[in-house]
Amino acid sequence: MASGIPRISPSSSIPFYRDTRIIAVLVQIVFAIAVMAGCWVLYQNMIAGLARANLLPTFDFLNVPASFPIAESVIPYDPSMSYWQAFVVGLLNTARVALIGIVLATILGIILGIFRLSSNWLLSNVAMAYVEIIRNVPLLLQLIFWFYLTKMFPRVQESIAIGDAVFLHNRGVTLAWPEPTASFASWIWWLVGALLVAVAIYTVRQIQFRRRDRPGVAIPYAILGWMVIAGVGYVLTTILTGTAPAVLVFPELQRFNFIGGATVTASFAALVVGLVIYTAVYIGEIVRSGILAVSKGQREAARALGLTQGQALRLVIFPQALRIMIPPMTSQYLNLTKNSSLAVAIAYPDLFYIANTINNQTGQAVPVIVMLMVSYLSASLFTSLLMNWYNRRIQLVER
Amino acid sequence: MRRSLVVPLAAALSLIIAACGGAPAAPTAAPEAPTAAPAPTAAPAAPAATTGRLETITARGTVICGVNNNPLPGFASVDASGVYSGFDVDFCKAVAAALFDDPSKVEYRPLSSQDRFTALQTGEIDVLIRNSTWTLGRDGDVGLDWSPTTFYDGQGMMVRKDSGITSINDMDGATICVQTGTTTELNLADVFRAKGLTFQPVVFPDGDQTRSAYDAGQCDGFTTDKSGLVSSITLLSNPADHQILPDTMSKEPLGPSVLQGDPKWADAVNWITYATFQAEEYGITSANLAEFSASEVPEIRRFLGIEGELGKGVGLSNDFAARVIKHVGNYAEIYNRNLGPDTPFNLPRGLNALYTEGGLLYSPPFR
Repeated sequence: MASGIPRISPSSSIPFYRDTRIIAVLVQIVFAIAVMAGCWVLYQNMIAGLARANLLPTFDFLNVPASFPIAESVIPYDPSMSYWQAFVVGLLNTARVALIGIVLATILGIILGIFRLSSNWLLSNVAMAYVEIIRNVPLLLQLIFWFYLTKMFPRVQESIAIGDAVFLHNRGVTLAWPEPTASFASWIWWLVGALLVAVAIYTVRQIQFRRRDRPGVAIPYAILGWMVIAGVGYVLTTILTGTAPAVLVFPELQRFNFIGGATVTASFAALVVGLVIYTAVYIGEIVRSGILAVSKGQREAARALGLTQGQALRLVIFPQALRIMIPPMTSQYLNLTKNSSLAVAIAYPDLFYIANTINNQTGQAVPVIVMLMVSYLSASLFTSLLMNWYNRRIQLVER
Repeated sequence: MRRSLVVPLAAALSLIIAACGGAPAAPTAAPEAPTAAPAPTAAPAAPAATTGRLETITARGTVICGVNNNPLPGFASVDASGVYSGFDVDFCKAVAAALFDDPSKVEYRPLSSQDRFTALQTGEIDVLIRNSTWTLGRDGDVGLDWSPTTFYDGQGMMVRKDSGITSINDMDGATICVQTGTTTELNLADVFRAKGLTFQPVVFPDGDQTRSAYDAGQCDGFTTDKSGLVSSITLLSNPADHQILPDTMSKEPLGPSVLQGDPKWADAVNWITYATFQAEEYGITSANLAEFSASEVPEIRRFLGIEGELGKGVGLSNDFAARVIKHVGNYAEIYNRNLGPDTPFNLPRGLNALYTEGGLLYSPPFR
């Protein structure tokens, strides 16, 4: 009788292997161990395989002279420098493309996003066609297209000249460029001073706004201040030392190439143009969605207060849209940076390209790929960090 | 193009995977592995460490040969129907002929200059015959073992005839197109540095792109091995406008290579290559092989595998040399078929003649 009723006593509670809480933890531990063991086995196998071919990974090669030439570099480089320096050249070349690309893509993207929302039929449809075409063609193809386009330009000897200052040819664009002279060093102090003045103007303006509790423009005043001081300094330095701190150097065609001025290579130009045009499409769509996400009432209220269409966009809509736009924008910036590794196809010596060459010349595939992964990872994490900080700054603070 | 991006990354992964189960020390490897002849594996590229590369290839039934991914007429090119031909390709065929008595048992892997060594390191290919230069660095750090040089070359420079350049010394400040991952890339920098000249490199990962950039006038000069220049000039839009400078910038001994650490397979490739030299020295050709087979000269009988067991020592059949001659021919036949007087290239033998004729080709004795 009594035995027919199941009794629950503390001693015969659910065994641990049927306790979901314990099982959940156990499964996680087992899984983690399995993953680690798997990695360890793979690592051991790799080492064994490399050892058989006498190819054990080492980073010793980094101090060996690289011996290969690099087409363009932001820092001085020649083939007698080490593989490590060559790697840094690649890193900086990637950073250069990423920085310039991000700035230009943002500007173009914002214009594009606003155009798409324009009530002007032509403008919005041109923008839509642009978005649909560019978004649906692979980036690599676009880069190769732009690069092949540069080949259509005439040879250096028959460059298209725009005055004496700009020359277009199939190796790139050569521009007249200011070059520092002997008195440049004394002008630098003026520049530093001008910067301090600009910061001071900006700070004072900000304090004024806070005191009056209404916004206004600070940056144009700061820039103006900077320009005035720098300009005065330029004139004074010229008078005092007898030489201008910088002179515009016009390119001159020598036997093979232009000497003097600055040359933007065809590879670099094609890469930046390709990346900017491609990424701007995505940024444009983000801008469009950001603006659309701001409630209609905001625009109507702004108009009702007497703001013009442009003012409403600039002062009311855009600041609110920005909060929505920043996180997806970050991911586009990261994409642009990572996509720049396609440069390898059009002979621009970016990080990936140079790492490939190092790998090829040294045979150290594993260390080079590890370095490459660490570099791209840190660049991406750094960008995210920066953007997250900015995102937090502009988020609505609830008071 | 895409390959050149993917392969190096895939390299790390394949290195890991390729070595799976290969490590004798791996505790997971079962000691009682079947001792029967290894069955053809699903993944033909996976090297087995317990069995050598030669056994793997024999079991697979084809040899995977790395060749140039860009058409290099005379050395390696593919026709419209997908048939490979050229000097390098013939050496791939020689290996297949020696192993399987059938020169068609080759699987060609087109490789760029950047991918080629990684492909060998990861075991994707068995042997690399892709106009590659034997250097100490590649023999050592890059982990390759080189077979005898099949083509002695030197680096040259191509320029436009109307440029007025007659020697490299005229090229101070010039823009020069070169392919990355090559010895020519390094030599170019060395030579200009040594001469105190400056130059602006334009470096492509792809041979076709390098050539077409030069063709479009994006560069004043185009440098690679002289044989490569002779071959490339035929592909330019207007070959008559270009000339190859007389300067030779380097030594470029080109030949087959295999992955370091498998001496048996390396020996096999070495002796297959030597067999083509030796056959020319004996005067044995694919046409007169039958007559020589009836020869009573012991040396020749041994060479052709009629008596003795020479092939066995390097893991090949005894008649491997006869097979090579039957299907591919001796060195002179290979050379003339691809680069000789009847071809558009008409390259003189030069250093690539037998030692008896003032060249450098010399086979150790077959005994």
